[in-house]
Amino acid sequence: MGASKLHKRLSKSRLSLSRGLSQLFGATKLEDSDFDDLEDILISADVGVSVSEHIVERLRVSAKSHRISDVAALNEMIREAMVSTLEQTGAPPELSCRPYVLLVVGVNGVGKTTSAAKIANRFKQEGKSVMLAAADTFRAAALEQLQTWARRLDIPIVAQHQGADAAAVAHDALSSALSKNVDILIIDTAGRQHTHSDLMEQLRKIKRVLNKVHEGAPHEIMQVLDATTGQNALSQLRHFNDAVSVDTLCLTKLDGTAKGGIVLAISNEFQIPIRYVGTGEGFDDLQPFEARSFVDALVQEQ
Amino acid sequence: MFEQLSERLQHTVKRVRGRARITEQNVKETLREVRIALLEADVALPVVKDFIKQIQQRAVGQEVMGSLTPGQVVIKIVNEELVSVMGGTSSGIDLKTRPPAVVLVAGLQGAGKTTTVVKLANWLKINSKKRVLVASADVYRPAAIQQLEKLAMDAGIDVLTPGASAALDIAQAALTHARSSGFDVLILDTAGRLHVDESMMQEIQDISRVLDPVETLFVADSMTGQDAVNSASAFNDALKLTGVILTKTDGDARGGAALSVRHVTGQPIKFLGTGEHLEAFEVFHPDRLASRILGMGDVLSLVEQVEQKVDKAKAEKIARKISSGKRFDLEDFREQIRQMEQMGGIGSLIEKLPGAAGLSGQLAGQVDDDQFKRVVAIINSMTPHERRMPAVIKASRKRRIATGSGTQVQEVNRLLKQFTQMQKMMKKMRNKGGMNRLLAGMKGRAPGMPF
Repeated sequence: MGASKLHKRLSKSRLSLSRGLSQLFGATKLEDSDFDDLEDILISADVGVSVSEHIVERLRVSAKSHRISDVAALNEMIREAMVSTLEQTGAPPELSCRPYVLLVVGVNGVGKTTSAAKIANRFKQEGKSVMLAAADTFRAAALEQLQTWARRLDIPIVAQHQGADAAAVAHDALSSALSKNVDILIIDTAGRQHTHSDLMEQLRKIKRVLNKVHEGAPHEIMQVLDATTGQNALSQLRHFNDAVSVDTLCLTKLDGTAKGGIVLAISNEFQIPIRYVGTGEGFDDLQPFEARSFVDALVQEQ
Repeated sequence: MFEQLSERLQHTVKRVRGRARITEQNVKETLREVRIALLEADVALPVVKDFIKQIQQRAVGQEVMGSLTPGQVVIKIVNEELVSVMGGTSSGIDLKTRPPAVVLVAGLQGAGKTTTVVKLANWLKINSKKRVLVASADVYRPAAIQQLEKLAMDAGIDVLTPGASAALDIAQAALTHARSSGFDVLILDTAGRLHVDESMMQEIQDISRVLDPVETLFVADSMTGQDAVNSASAFNDALKLTGVILTKTDGDARGGAALSVRHVTGQPIKFLGTGEHLEAFEVFHPDRLASRILGMGDVLSLVEQVEQKVDKAKAEKIARKISSGKRFDLEDFREQIRQMEQMGGIGSLIEKLPGAAGLSGQLAGQVDDDQFKRVVAIINSMTPHERRMPAVIKASRKRRIATGSGTQVQEVNRLLKQFTQMQKMMKKMRNKGGMNRLLAGMKGRAPGMPF
């Protein structure tokens, strides 16, 4: 993966976390309050209170039973604890059939449209034939936004007009993808607050319609999460997962100072793998998620 | 928003409320729970620490121990500190300058700036009778300028289509146009930017220098986590913010970002975005919100919401009809549901009622706004005669109505039964002195609402 790039992008979070850690463990003996400080560091990274307490408790017990007192060993333990939490979700699914239909969902403003374009670009670079569908028919100029991306990337796009039925756009797009025999169809949907049951119902309808056109579709429902989001990401995922069963995640906006620690809380609760991380506004600012590099970048010492 | 924080705090508060004696240990335990509640609500850690310290100092001191009702005093302290963290009383928007008054809107990507710009313009147009011009200097995100144009045109707001392709030139042109065309207010939308992106932060500083805005508003997503302190303070350092608009508060985010942003910028939260529609925009009242968090309800906002959004002419017509002794029929009922929807649905009304924080979660399941849509569908499937004389609706009519509205006969039955009950209540209200009396009661001790 673009490990060095992600590494660079994550440098802000790495800095603050590792500075915190070396302050903690650079000293002499470990005190109980050091673990409390570690808990603070994790909470500040959006890991959440209960998961942070859980991780710290695990460390406290292992540190005691293994009589560990030096920084490097503890650092390694923290890393292992995080990686194992992230890896218990398994790997994202393979692109097993053609056309492989990827439905992109999420709340407002997380970066669905930009991510859809980046993913399309990524598959195109791999030599696959890609089609985009603009099923965000609600937000003003959302389809123009995706059309602009499609033109820049030279990727075919199916779109109607603002206010059109999103399920109808999805239907047309899949019919078109079938007849043109493309490898991957990526469908962008409107941002919706997960608490609005009518909007979630609309999403279920899109899913039903796709399955009617082509059995098995959509093959992957990817929820986009904003790395700056706090504990609400858990609620978002719970609602979307209940409504349409989410298969993968895409974590965006990791190029800021947001630490993305919420993915630890997510992996602790859901068996949903993270497929990509977004690290900028350019169409190649997208990397496959890899737990070890992610954690390394997060906790690595300077 | 805020429900879960509120639930947790209320639970904590309940335990100390009745206590005649409060030990230091009690206070410590309570504060630990308050700390967890705030952290789970995404209030940033440094803000939580300050907050707890403040309460601790006051709670352990004379103020509580010397009181006859220490439990009440602790609640009072938490309430006061919440209000003070969120910024005292409502601050409104300050446009007192030689027109055009310029409002610069800034924030991270996806916070909701463009929607907010149009909502604010619409709010100023209606509430301050101002001539407002909006323009977008977002030359980066594809179709961002088109998005503002479409939204503004739908809302009947004047929008400048930029001829230039650099953000700074657009800002300059917008100011010139606002000046020469005699607009009272210019609101400039800008591109979403990361606070660590130096060149983009430089760009917005340049724009600010050219425009010399009277208000610089930071748009913050209420779902933001711990990072809110970093982004907000960076924007504040670069731009000298004058206020914050908190968006997407219609979700279930616990809204701790409100406390964090307010704390690090020192600037008040001025407005809340409460939905995707143009009118889903409210003035933020910190004092009222603190009461809501502590479960004391926000009846003032509720009354205002009712006053603002209800179509007065229609409401009075119904009221006159009831008080003059005429029958309240299904057409009136349907009209009432429509008005309630205009007020943001029943969920938004319920969460403002005292003691509703614990309820609204459960109620959300039961009193779904969807149900009202079904009710309207059922009424729509009736003939005018049936609406006026529901008594004529018997078995075969019920079957027809159910089929026509895509519902079940049982649902039609339920509606008719509820409606009969409502008619009885209307009759009672008429006898007791009507709507005014009901509203007066609501301001005082807030009884249950009539639905």
